[in-house]
Amino acid sequence: MKNILIIGATSAIAEACARQWLQRFPGSHFFLTGRNKEKLNTIATDLTIRGAGKVTPLSFDITDAEIRQGLVTNVLQEFDQIDRVLVAPGSLPDQQRCQDEPEYAAEELNLNANATLLLLEALAGQLEQQRSGQLAVISSVAGDRGRMSNYFYGAAKAAVTTFCSGLMMRLQKSNVPVTIVKPGFVRTPMTADLDLPEKLVATPERVGKIIVEGIEKQRSVIYAPGFWLLIMTIIRLIPAPVFRRLGL
Amino acid sequence: MSIESWGRYPKLPQQAIYADWTDQLSSLQATQLKDGFLPFGNGRSYGDSCLADSGTVLVMKGLNRFIRLDTESGVLRVEAGLTLGEILSVIVPRGWFLPVVPGTRLATVGGAIANDVHGKNHHVRGTFGNHISRLYLWRDGQKIECSPTQNSELFCATIGGLGLTGVILEAEIALMPVANSQIDTITHRFDRLEDFFTLADRYDKSHEYGVAWIDCLRRGKGSGRGVYFAGNHAKYESEIITRQQQFTFPLTPPVSLVNRLSLKAFNELYWHAKPVRPATTRVPYLGYFFPLDGILHWNRMYGRAGFQQYQCVIPKVNAEGAMADILQAIASAHTGSFLAVMKQCGAIASPGLLSFPQEGTSLALDFPNVGKSTVLFKRLDDITRAAGGRLYPAKDAHMSASDFQRAYPHWKQVEMLRDPAICSHFWRRVTT
Repeated sequence: MKNILIIGATSAIAEACARQWLQRFPGSHFFLTGRNKEKLNTIATDLTIRGAGKVTPLSFDITDAEIRQGLVTNVLQEFDQIDRVLVAPGSLPDQQRCQDEPEYAAEELNLNANATLLLLEALAGQLEQQRSGQLAVISSVAGDRGRMSNYFYGAAKAAVTTFCSGLMMRLQKSNVPVTIVKPGFVRTPMTADLDLPEKLVATPERVGKIIVEGIEKQRSVIYAPGFWLLIMTIIRLIPAPVFRRLGL
Repeated sequence: MSIESWGRYPKLPQQAIYADWTDQLSSLQATQLKDGFLPFGNGRSYGDSCLADSGTVLVMKGLNRFIRLDTESGVLRVEAGLTLGEILSVIVPRGWFLPVVPGTRLATVGGAIANDVHGKNHHVRGTFGNHISRLYLWRDGQKIECSPTQNSELFCATIGGLGLTGVILEAEIALMPVANSQIDTITHRFDRLEDFFTLADRYDKSHEYGVAWIDCLRRGKGSGRGVYFAGNHAKYESEIITRQQQFTFPLTPPVSLVNRLSLKAFNELYWHAKPVRPATTRVPYLGYFFPLDGILHWNRMYGRAGFQQYQCVIPKVNAEGAMADILQAIASAHTGSFLAVMKQCGAIASPGLLSFPQEGTSLALDFPNVGKSTVLFKRLDDITRAAGGRLYPAKDAHMSASDFQRAYPHWKQVEMLRDPAICSHFWRRVTT
């Protein structure tokens, strides 16, 4: 039994992770947040029937600074301590629209970078104080190197990755492991409109399993599935004069 | 993750559109599904009944949530993409069981309804559809509640309706109480086909479950020898390990590993490995109901060309004669499979219009997809037709339109109630 907090719990990956944790730790308590209240309640019921001890759904938008800063207090009314935190909020912005509409781009950057980082900071404080628990964040392979097809999203995720790599060092001193998760292409509602290469697309169940296994092994960085480490290493090694001529 | 049916035949390229939430469906239908589609569960139908006529399937596996479980009354409501195995893993520890389970736990609830699947207890429980108290369909952009009293026409057309009457979103299932997760079994080896009928009649009276494995290669006097497996839910629980060993068939060999030689060797070993006298054991439910699920991707064994299953049911009066003829024809063709399953179906009627089982005997065999199967299937079709039997659409890739329409006279009602946006390759094949 663990106390598990999931931010952005309605995402397909987060839902898969919750089920994996439940199998590993039957009777766990969950605190789930997300923007869509109805979906959150559906998932809460599902987890309860699957054997969760208690599930508390809270619908809120992480860009709301006030609720964001009060979240830890809110969670601690339900939990004695927080054992696992999975931060998985976000959207996949439309790259072209980001280039055309600065307001839209600002909103997306605010959600995927600013709000996420500030939330992480708030959560990190609690875990540091506890000197226990684990923090995992869903970043993306897109943050490893900017590409013309999604550099707004990539930049936001790069910020998350860089932030967490610093946080990892700080929390090490309190024995709180931090895990950066970089999923590749995953079959989710977020990617439903994209034309992705079939062989590279993984199911949320498979990715969820890889993520939870990695977190429980206290790994610092998880590529999910693992072959993305190879792909991204190659992509990072391509010299810029060549890279900028590619159509990626 | 390319989409194919379990038999991997026919080969029809399919584009997969994935749904995780009901609220995606309207926009999907306006865009990616606008040229017609077919809802798709976990791809456990053998032939082309799970492949879309338009070439676009709507994969429903992501809608796999529990909605309500009343542990007092045993009423369960779930989303249709949930597999039967996932349901069992949650309900069995709480003392409930699905009243009907097919030979695989990897089928989804939506698929189990659409094919009105049956199990080893058809003689006492009927089909899966007999235990559905309510279902929700998504059709024309609306969520429609169907039950025996509400939209009953649509309800009946959906049970065994091959997924054609709308997208099955949710279902309410009446569960069956069990004392524990174990099954008391009797393994009874028999030498001749006649013995199967004697044993089935006897065990059907005392046992919830009954099924037989048949050695399909034996000819003449020993034709139809096999092993009968009867079972009841155990009243008392033993301390046995309940985890099923999980293997994966690692790759697809270029040609089928199932051939005359391997089959003969397997069947001899299998039959002789079974006890000479009837033996009783207590086993975990997984191994009893779903032995083949212990090997993931076992369909790869048949090579790249895939395989076809022949499953027929013959009415009681003609069963013994027709089964003897069928086994004779198969043995003479020197083909067949390790898996040859015979069972009795009971008289309980399903609410469904296109339900496969009828009172009599059902036989299911897999055949590697080679030329001689086509010739054999013609012969088997003749025997089945003459005996007034029928084939199972969920397993089929070959039946003729005339055989289908004769055996399933209610098909016209289903066609009238079909969602015009939905059509399978199977349906096109047998109705035009």
